[in-house]
Amino acid sequence: MSTSFLLLLIVIIGFISYFAGRARSFAQAGGKLSNLHSLPGYHGSYVAIWAILPAALVLGAWLIAAPVYIDASTRAALPDTVQSQGGATVELALGQVKSVAGGLKRLTAEEVSALESGSANLRSTLAAKGVALAGEGEPYMIAAAQHFNAMSVTNRWLMSAIVLLIAVAGGAYAIRNIATRFRARNQVERVMLGSLIVASSIAILTTVGIIASMLSEAGRFFTMVSPFEFFFGTVWDPRFAAAGSGGSSGQFGLIPLLAGTLYIAFVAMLFAVPIGLFAAIYMAEYASPRLRSTAKPLLEVLAGIPTIVYGFFALVTVGPFLRDISAQLNGLVTGNYQNFIQAQSVLTAGIVMGIMLIPFVSSLSDDIITQVPRALRDGSLGLGATRSETVKKVILPAALPGIVGALLLTASRAVGETMIVVLAAGVAARMQINPFEPMTTVTVKIVNQLTGDLEFTSPQTLVAFALGITLFVITLGLNIYALYIVRKYREQYE
Amino acid sequence: MNIMSEAAVEKALDQKMNTVPYKMIGKDVSVYYGEKRALFDVNLNIRENTVTALIGPSGCGKSTFLRTLNRMNDTIENCRVTGKITLDEDDVYDPAIDVVELRARVGMVFQKPNPFPKSIYDNVAYGPRIHGLARTKSEFDDVVETSLQKAGLWNEVKDRLHEPGTGLSGGQQQRLCIARAVAVSPEVILMDEPCSALDPIATAKVEELIHELRSNFTIVIVTHSMQQAARVSQRTAMFHLGNLVEENDTDKMFTNPDDQRTQDYIMGRFG
Repeated sequence: MSTSFLLLLIVIIGFISYFAGRARSFAQAGGKLSNLHSLPGYHGSYVAIWAILPAALVLGAWLIAAPVYIDASTRAALPDTVQSQGGATVELALGQVKSVAGGLKRLTAEEVSALESGSANLRSTLAAKGVALAGEGEPYMIAAAQHFNAMSVTNRWLMSAIVLLIAVAGGAYAIRNIATRFRARNQVERVMLGSLIVASSIAILTTVGIIASMLSEAGRFFTMVSPFEFFFGTVWDPRFAAAGSGGSSGQFGLIPLLAGTLYIAFVAMLFAVPIGLFAAIYMAEYASPRLRSTAKPLLEVLAGIPTIVYGFFALVTVGPFLRDISAQLNGLVTGNYQNFIQAQSVLTAGIVMGIMLIPFVSSLSDDIITQVPRALRDGSLGLGATRSETVKKVILPAALPGIVGALLLTASRAVGETMIVVLAAGVAARMQINPFEPMTTVTVKIVNQLTGDLEFTSPQTLVAFALGITLFVITLGLNIYALYIVRKYREQYE
Repeated sequence: MNIMSEAAVEKALDQKMNTVPYKMIGKDVSVYYGEKRALFDVNLNIRENTVTALIGPSGCGKSTFLRTLNRMNDTIENCRVTGKITLDEDDVYDPAIDVVELRARVGMVFQKPNPFPKSIYDNVAYGPRIHGLARTKSEFDDVVETSLQKAGLWNEVKDRLHEPGTGLSGGQQQRLCIARAVAVSPEVILMDEPCSALDPIATAKVEELIHELRSNFTIVIVTHSMQQAARVSQRTAMFHLGNLVEENDTDKMFTNPDDQRTQDYIMGRFG
C-alpha cells in the first residue's frame, strides 16, 4: 500500500484511539468527572499520541533507510564484471536496472518471459511501453531488476505491517495505562513542549545550516583567491568564468562594492529618516484618532509593495526624471543641455530605496513613541510646554534608544536590499563620490555572478558566497549593535 | 520662636478665612466627555494662599474639576467645558488666552510621580528653560537650588544633581515633581492625589511641604484621604456624582458639615 494511504490509516487509528481513550476514562470515572485527574479529552489525546507518534517516527525512519538497503542489495546482485569496473559504472548500471525494474511492471507475463529467454529486445520492448533506456540493456539487468522489484514489494508489505502494528500496539499500551489518577494532562503537556522545541530547533538549525554552507563555499573561494586580495582589493573585475579554465584570472576587490553599498544605503537613510521620523511624530502626537486610523495603514501599504516594483519605478520614472531635470537645469545655467545625473545613479537608487524605507522608519518609531508613558506628556504639558517642546525635550529623548534601534534595523535592510539597486544603481563597480554617477552594490554583484549557466567550481561563481557571508556579517553586526544601544540606554532611563 | 510665629500667622489666617480674596473663580462649570456629562454647573471659588482640598468618592468629578483649572482636559479627545473660570481677572477659556502661558501660571503635580528621563537638575530646569526664566548658568543654578529647597529635597540630592531623576525613591520623585512645578513660579499649584502612590513616611513629608508652600502659592489638592484633607487644607469642597455638595472651612466641614451627604461620606458610610 502507498505511503499516503498508510499515513491515512495511522491517522484513522489515532482518531479511534482518541475516542477509545476518552470512553475508557469516562468509564473509569464512573460518570463523575471530578474523580479524574485529567479531563477525558486529555486521556483521549494521550492515547492518540501513543498511537500516532511512534508509528509515524518508525515510518519516517523506514522510508529513509529502506531505499539505501535495497540499493546496496541490488548492487551486490550485479555480476562481477560490472562490479570490477569501479563506482561510476556500478552506479550507471544500478540506474539502468531501476529503469528496467520500472518498465517490467508495465509488461505482460508473455513479454517478460520473451525477454527472459532473450527472444525480444529489451530496449525496444520497453520503449514501446514508454520507458526509455539510456543504453542497450544487458541480459543480467532483467534478473537484477526482478530482484529489485521483489525486494521493493516485500519491503512495502513489511513496512505497512510493522507500522500498523506499532500504531495499534501503542494505542493499546496507552489505553491500558488509563486510570482515574493517571496524569494524562501532564503527559500531553510534555508532548506539546517537545513539539514546540522541535519547531524552534528546526528554525535555528536551518540558519546554522545556511551559514555553514555559505562558510564552506566561501572557504573554497578563499583557497583560490587570497582573503587579503578580496577584502582589500580596490578593483572588481572578475572576467568571465570560462568553462574548464579554472584558476583565478580576474580581480575580486570587495572595496568598490562595499563603498557602493554603504553610499547608497546612506543616501537612502538620508531620505527615509527625516521623513519617516516626522511622519511618526505626526501620527503619534498630533493626528486625531480618526485620521490616524486611516493614514497609518495607508503608510504601511508602502511596506507591502514588492521591492521589484520599486525597481521599475526607479528605472522607468525616477531615473529618467532626474536625468531630464538635470539636463534642463544644466541648460538654464550654462546653456548646455547636457544631463549631469545619470538615469542609473546612486541618487536614483538612494531616493527610491529611501521611499521604500519610510514606512519601516515611521511604523517602528510610531510604535516606540506611543509607548512613552502618558504621564511624561502630561507632566511636560502641565508645566506649560507646547506640544513640540514636549516632543523635542521629553518624548524623543525618552524614545531615543528605541528609535536608534529602529534606525539601525532599517539600515541593515538598506544594506541587504537587492531588487531596487539591481535596476536603479547600475552595474559599474567604481569607487567615486559623485552621487549622480552609477555605482554598484554587493547584492547586485551576487545576482550578476549567479545568473546564467554556472559551474560551482570557478572563483567567478564562488565569489558570490564570499560576498554573501560578508553582507551577512555586516547586517548581523548592525543588528547586534542596535540591541547593544537599546540595552545601554534602557538602563539609563529606567 | 520661628515656629511659634508661623503658628500664630496660621491661626490668624484661619480665623480670617472668609476675608481672604479669591484667586480663581469657577462659575457654572460643566464638563462633557463626548455625550457623558461629568460635571454639573459647579460653582467653586479658590482662595488665595490657601490649600483647598477636593474630596469625594471615586468618579465624583473632583479630578475633572481640577483639570479644568489649567485646561489639562484639552489634551483629552471629545472633552468639552462650559461655564466660566477666571484666574485673577483673566478668563481661562477665552480663546485669546495662551494655554501655554496659563499652565505656566497654574502648575500641576500628578498622581504618579512622573520625572522626565533626565538628570535631577534638568528636571527642575525644564520649566525655566522653556519659559526663558533664567539665562546664565548661575541663574539656572539659583533657580534649581531654591526650587529644590522649597520642595525640601535639596539636602538629599545636592551631591547628585546630575544623576537621573528616575533613580530617586517614590517620595523623592514626587517632591522632585513639586520642585519642577515650583521652578516655573506659578501662582496656583494643582495636585491630583499627589500621595496616593507613596508610603506613609513619604506622604508625611509631602504633606509638610504642602503646608509650607501655602505661604507662596495657592494650592488645590484632590485627595481620597479624609485625614489628609483635614491635615493640609483650610478649605474643603465635597463632590458627589458630578455635583459640588458643599464647600466650607475644613474645620467646620469635618466637625459640623451642613450637608447630610458630607457627614455620611466623612463618617465612611459610602464612597
